[in-house]
Amino acid sequence: MKAPVAWLFIGAFVGVSAIFLVAPTVMLAIQAISDDEGWTLEYLLDLQQYRYWVAFVHSMQLSVASATVGVVAGALIAFAVLKPGTPRWLNQAVTSFSAVAANFAGVPLAFAFVATIGSLGLLTNLLKTIGIDLYGMGFSLFSITGLTVVYSYFQIPLMVIVITPAIQALRPSWREAAENLGASGLEYWRHVGLPVLAPSLLAGWILLFGSAFSAYATAYALTSGNIGLVTTEIANVLSGNVASEPQIGAALSVGMIVVMVVVLALSTWLTRRASRWVKQA
Amino acid sequence: MSNRLGLGGWVILGLAFAFFALPLGMSAAFSFWEGGDRYGFAAYRWLAASPALGEALWLSVRLALATVAALVVLLVPAMIFMNLYAPKLRPLFEFIAALPFVIPAIALVAGLTELFSGEQWGWLKETPFFLVIPYFFLALPYVYRALDVGLQALDLTTLTEAGQSLGADMGQIIGLVVLPSLRSALVGSTLLTLAVVIGEFTFANVLLFRTYAVFINQIGQHEATAAAALSFASFIATWVAMLIVLVAGSRKQGGR
Repeated sequence: MKAPVAWLFIGAFVGVSAIFLVAPTVMLAIQAISDDEGWTLEYLLDLQQYRYWVAFVHSMQLSVASATVGVVAGALIAFAVLKPGTPRWLNQAVTSFSAVAANFAGVPLAFAFVATIGSLGLLTNLLKTIGIDLYGMGFSLFSITGLTVVYSYFQIPLMVIVITPAIQALRPSWREAAENLGASGLEYWRHVGLPVLAPSLLAGWILLFGSAFSAYATAYALTSGNIGLVTTEIANVLSGNVASEPQIGAALSVGMIVVMVVVLALSTWLTRRASRWVKQA
Repeated sequence: MSNRLGLGGWVILGLAFAFFALPLGMSAAFSFWEGGDRYGFAAYRWLAASPALGEALWLSVRLALATVAALVVLLVPAMIFMNLYAPKLRPLFEFIAALPFVIPAIALVAGLTELFSGEQWGWLKETPFFLVIPYFFLALPYVYRALDVGLQALDLTTLTEAGQSLGADMGQIIGLVVLPSLRSALVGSTLLTLAVVIGEFTFANVLLFRTYAVFINQIGQHEATAAAALSFASFIATWVAMLIVLVAGSRKQGGR
């Protein structure tokens, strides 16, 4: 006795997703390749213009850099915290802090960093009094380097959360076996630890890449859209700040979705590889 | 041999502590700055006297509650019924839940704006509750994941058959058996949704609604210390919400 009510609810959810999630995306794709006169590739080809091209390059640089920093630092922190000898309170403090900081993105994060290492930030002034002039040394919070520092604030904790189960799954007996066979700590990591963790590290990197790539609020609050990222360029087109055709916004969005689809396909492929390895073992 | 946290470990954790504590401590200190070398509560007094803060926060809270309501009405029953009657639809549900990862928020805004650009749809974009549509999909992947884990742990078919043989109808089974078993997943995803929606900036800023995050950004242009005060308060608020999630989660584990 399958209740018709059940199908009503299932249908409603699928329908709402089709209308408000799938249809807008399809709409974008159509908009990107058409205008009043019919189908055209003009707008997709416009993405080759310096302004848009550089936005994609900036977004990629920022995403690759912050994801790499996040993976390396996040894995090191998680590894240090998960050692059996580490005090329990430290472990819990890092876990709960990571859950908070990974969700602390956007405008508040941007202002916390402006207050710290902005051109008038407290740390900037403090360092100046002891003779270190950050901004004189060419650093700026409002550059790709500065954005990478800010993004690391949510990327590192995200990695700690994502990688913890994988590190916990490393069996102490593997290490003992390696040591009994005469392997040094370095050799253990090179031949056992890192190969086992590699799929999880790569999958984590891809997740972090995606989170940086689609981030908008933090970059906007810091740069007011002055550093061209793909997300800020789309927002500029949408809010009419620049005299661009709406089709350009659609073409940029389609470009982002293409990048994200490639990223997701990569991560699916890697996850499949990882689980195949586990089954063999 | 390497079970203890060695010198390297302490150095890593020390650097991490400095990196994560400095912006928090500095923004807290900065929020007490009154210009020159005077410190005090001026920024907090300014905020308390600002009616716009209350309005923006209230709008964000209402939007967050509306999003939670939409998720409870649309997603929760659909997932329960899919697991019960139509497990073949699981790949479709998984696909839908993964889509918001692939479609960046800003692209979804662009698409929604274009889709509802005609005359007959103009009214929809006038009301801030238009934002509930993108917020629903923003929270969807997290809530789907949490509920899925909760539902997989239940043996829904057995529970339903047991309920039916005791004479309960479907409404009673869902209301009295399934939903209470999902309590911690529901509490967790509700808090997460509240935190995500109240901090959300992209949609509200592009569609020109003055939510909490948009308000912080606006005052940041003139009242930097007040913006720092709000940033600090937001972090503490998020922390409290996350602690509740963690405590709820560990209590559930302890109970089993």
